[in-house]
Formats: sequence, structure tokens, C-alpha cells
Amino acid sequence: MSDIALSPGTRRPLVARYPALAVFMIVLALFTIGVTILSEGFGIGVISTSFVKTLGKTLCLCLVALAMDLVWGYCGILSLGHMAFFGIGGYAIGMWLMYARTEIIVTESLAAAPLPPTPQEISDGIAAQIFGVVGASEFPPIWAVAHSLPLQLLAAVLVPGLIALVFGWLAFRSRVTGVYLSILTQAMTLALALYLFQNDSGLRGNNGLSGLQNLPGLDHVAQSTVSLWFFWASALALALGYLLCTWIVSGKFGSVIRAIRDDEARVRFLGYPVEAYKLFVFTVTAVIAAIGGVLYYPQAGIVNPAEIAPIASIYLAVWVAIGGRGRLYGAVIGAALVSLLSTWFTGGQAPDIDLGFYTIRWVDWWTIALGLSFVAVTLFAPKGIGGLVDLVTERKSPQRHGADLGPDPGALREKEADE
Amino acid sequence: MSTLLEVSGVSVSFDGFRAINNLTFQIGPAEMRAVIGPNGAGKTTFMDIVTGKTRPDKGRVLWGEKSQSLLKMSESQIAQAGIGRKFQRPTVFEDQTVAENLMLALKKARGPLSVLRFRAAKEDREKVGALAEEIGLAVALSRKAGELSHGQKQWLEIGMLLAQEPRLLLVDEPAAGMTPAEREHTTAILVEAARTRAVVVVEHDMEFVRRLDCRVTVLHEGSVLAEGSLDFVTSNERVIEVYLGR
Repeated sequence: MSDIALSPGTRRPLVARYPALAVFMIVLALFTIGVTILSEGFGIGVISTSFVKTLGKTLCLCLVALAMDLVWGYCGILSLGHMAFFGIGGYAIGMWLMYARTEIIVTESLAAAPLPPTPQEISDGIAAQIFGVVGASEFPPIWAVAHSLPLQLLAAVLVPGLIALVFGWLAFRSRVTGVYLSILTQAMTLALALYLFQNDSGLRGNNGLSGLQNLPGLDHVAQSTVSLWFFWASALALALGYLLCTWIVSGKFGSVIRAIRDDEARVRFLGYPVEAYKLFVFTVTAVIAAIGGVLYYPQAGIVNPAEIAPIASIYLAVWVAIGGRGRLYGAVIGAALVSLLSTWFTGGQAPDIDLGFYTIRWVDWWTIALGLSFVAVTLFAPKGIGGLVDLVTERKSPQRHGADLGPDPGALREKEADE
Repeated sequence: MSTLLEVSGVSVSFDGFRAINNLTFQIGPAEMRAVIGPNGAGKTTFMDIVTGKTRPDKGRVLWGEKSQSLLKMSESQIAQAGIGRKFQRPTVFEDQTVAENLMLALKKARGPLSVLRFRAAKEDREKVGALAEEIGLAVALSRKAGELSHGQKQWLEIGMLLAQEPRLLLVDEPAAGMTPAEREHTTAILVEAARTRAVVVVEHDMEFVRRLDCRVTVLHEGSVLAEGSLDFVTSNERVIEVYLGR
């Protein structure tokens, strides 16, 4: 990975040092073009709109998986709470989508009234529409900027970033590590989910925010088109996220966080403020996860507290483990493969297996199959699917220059052998 | 003579066991010192206290010209202030190359943001190359540290210690697992380092200590038993009784 020894004096571009980056970008571009050509909106219509949405959502999940790989695979922090940041991102964009769409509906219905409506009447109308389902009719303070897309988007990254910053600061400062930190992050995501389940949380309790697939003012645009817009945006976000993560893990920063993963105390004695590094990585990845959520939930159409449940973050860790942690493409492969398989199995498309005395219904058995494959990967293939790549690259003989040619210290040296 | 590190009246106990008992120790800015003592004498705990890993129950640890207290500083701050440590068991980052290990240790800004922007300049690479030359790993720069032999890892860690350019080197059993020729090389590096900085070597091997040719501090039950030249301390009856006589 290091270019120090291999090319003194010159610095090769990122792509040259990370061939995986170029391969990834090309594959992603081809995939995006291919889906566009096959889509209903812009192409020949082989792929249904709902499947385009599924693929778009998968790209968003790949983005969170990248974040998870950065925080766990590279920095060694097994966070089981990153899907909470993903969910918060979804809620943030959902608030604006619901507000803006309801505003149009309310304004239209009030336009028929003899007197033009006051802003207060419009606001009350929107609130009654949105919060009627939880028996409230006023905007809670957290909806203060819901009318503005830029402000709400800002909130979508600032709020998760801030939560991660405060949580991380408290946890890392107290040197909470390992399984204890994982438990803490689970507690955080559980607390958040339980809070959102309450009707007076101001976010419609367990109903969540819905109708997010409809873009305000764009009702005339078909979903087949909108789905592709989000698909492209997700692909772009994944590409940028991959680039950012590659940049972070390349060079000395990546070297420091991998060192923290392997021997935290030793890094401290080298003079690096380990806590500051962890906090940085934790916060940056929380923001990346939130951006994933912002793009995911308009494609899903609904966000509710169940999305933030602790199990979601555990799935995230499973994806990264199966794909192969400590390598960015591994996380993407894991997330894409497992989440698509999961959609297939739980969607009822997978054929049931009739054993005569018992029928395996994949809807029920998929979770168990996933769990078993997770155990199998952990035990037998800790490098995950990404480890298959090593089988190819390590065919090239390893660097052994300078080593004795024979087993004894006195054996023929390379230099002598050359002469 | 000015003092670089002054430890005075330090005590620490673990679950009632007094690992360090009213220890007092001083070292100048360019001095070599060997610390010897039987197992459990508190040698490693002493290093832990100086590097901030263990907080003493009482006593003072003062550093540098300004007599800064090290007790309020974190491990990383102490390391940045100029105290480098080599562990008994070689601890290098096995998953990374020799070059990366050395680059990590190289004296540079340590904050996350400056490290994120850091790109190795030509002189940094040359410095890494020169260090690798000195520790005999120049041909192994692009190899993973995990592939190195035990002795080579010891060397790499010494190289990392030098790369930090510390003002005080704390070295725990540097010669363990080395061949006689390698021991000689280690001695030379340490003696050279002690011309410009303070070096504290913890060692069991008397022959190695003799070759260092420096003042010796004998620890016993967490406090200083004797201090002086090797011949002086080895002729001390108490020292013979607790350490050498057995």
C-alpha cells in the first residue's frame, strides 16, 4: 500500500496506488448506464420501476456499508449504531418532503375559500394534516426549519454529526472500547428508536413519515422517472463516498487508524491522540451514513422508528463482515449482495423447498441462513468475500528481497546468488 | 548538572501491593543510565509512570527545563513532549510495511487534521531510508512488519524510537533475542544516542550493561537500592544479597 519505498521522490495518483478505485468506478458507471438503458423511465423497460428503486436503495446501503467499514474495518470501532444516523438522515429529508407536499395540498384546498388564507391558517392546516394521526395539531419545535429544503438538508448532516460527536467524545474520552463500546452504541440506537416510537416525539410516533416517494410540486413527473433521478443521485453519492473513503484510508491517516485498530496503546506512545482520531472517524462516518439515509428514504417512501431498531445496525455489521472488512470494495460487495438476496428471499420470490415432512419457507428461514453464513464467514473466511480477490493478487510472488535464500542464517544471500 | 527528568517520592500500589515505594530518580539531558533489579523490582512500573500509563498515588514527576509535571499529561502528550519508549516484547504494527511503521513514528505533527493532509516529502522518505539503513532493514522497506523475524522486529522498534527523535529514550530489554553481533550494534546505537539525549535502559543481562559503560541504578522492591558505576553497585553487599548473590 505504501509508496514510500517503491517510488522515492514521486507521488503517484490515487488511482494508480489503488487499482480497486478505478475498477470500482468503472463497474459502478457501467452498472448505472446499464440500469438506465434497461429501465422503464429512460430505456427499454426490462427493469421495473420498483426494481430500479430497490437497486437505488441498495446503492445507499452500500454507502453506509462503506462508512461502517471505515469505522470498524479500518479503525476497529465496532459501532452497532450507525443505522441510527442513517435513519436520522431519512427523518430529516422526510420532514421537508411531508411539509412541502402537505403545504401544496392545504394551499390548494384553502384557495377555494372566500377569503385568502393567512399564513397562520396555512400552517395550522399543514400541522393538522400531518399530526392528525397522532392526535396533535401543532408543529413541535423540531419542525422549525422543515419548510426550507436547504436548512433541512443541513440538519440532515449536522444533527447526526453532532450526536456522533457528543456520544463519541463521552465514550472515547472514558476509554470505552471493544464490546463495551458496541453495547453502548446499541443502547444509543435503542434509546433513539424508543423515543421516536412515542407519539409526542413530534415525528408521528410509530407511523413515521410517509409518502416520501412523491416529490412536492412534481406530481406530473412519473415515478419511473423520479426513481431514476434518485438512482443516479445514489450512484453519484456512492462514487463520491468511495473516493472520500479511499482518500482517507490512503496515506498516513489510514496508517494511523489501522495502527489504532491493531494496537491502540502503542499508538498513544508514539504521540498520537488516539481519542481525537476515533472521534474524527466516528463523526465523519456518521455523516456519510446520514447522507445515505437522505437518499434512501425517498426511494423507500416511508421512514419509521423500526428502521432505527438495534437489529438494523447489526445487519450492517454482518454485511461488512461477509463482504470483507478492511477493504472498501468488500463492504460494498457485502452490502449489495446480502441486501439484494435478503430482498429476494423475504419478498416471497424464492421458491420454497418441500422436504416432504417439512417445507422450508425462505421468508422464515432466510434470517437463519444469514445468521449461519455470518458464523461461517467469521470462523472459516475472516476476510469475507473480498478475500477471494487476494487469491488472485497473491498469485504474484510475495516480496522476499533481502531474506536469506536458505533456512540457515549462513545460507547463500540473494546478492551472492546474483553474482 | 541540569536535570531532564526528575522523579521524586513516587509511590504506587496495586491492590495493596506496593509496586513503587518512595522512588527517586534523576537523569540529565545527555546521559546513559542502566536500570537493573530482580523481577518485581518495579522497573516496568517505573516506565509506566514516566510514560503516563500508570498514575502514581503520590510523588512528583517533572520534565524538562520548565519542570513541567508529567502527571497531568496524557500518554500521547508525554510522547509528544519527547519521551519515547521501547517495549520488552517488540510491538510493531504487523499489518503494515516497515516503511509505514517508520513513517508513523517519524517526528511530525500528530493531530488528525494535519495527518490527513500529510503527504511524505522527499526528505521524509530519505529520513526513513536512512533509518532503515541504520537498522539493517533497507531492503525490507516494503515488506510487512509481521513477516520479519523476532530480531528484525526489535530493530524496527528501535528504528521507530529513533524516528520519534525523543529527548528521553526508555528502552526495555533491547537486546533480548539478539545474536552477539546484533547486541554489539544495539550497544553502538544506544551509546551514540546517549551523546545527545537521555537514555534509560532496563536490562537483565549484566554483560550488556557492562558494555554500555554507564551509571547503574539498582531497583529493589520499588525503590532505589544503590546507584553508581557497575563495579560500585556490584560490590555493594545489599545488592549482592538481593540480586546477584542468588
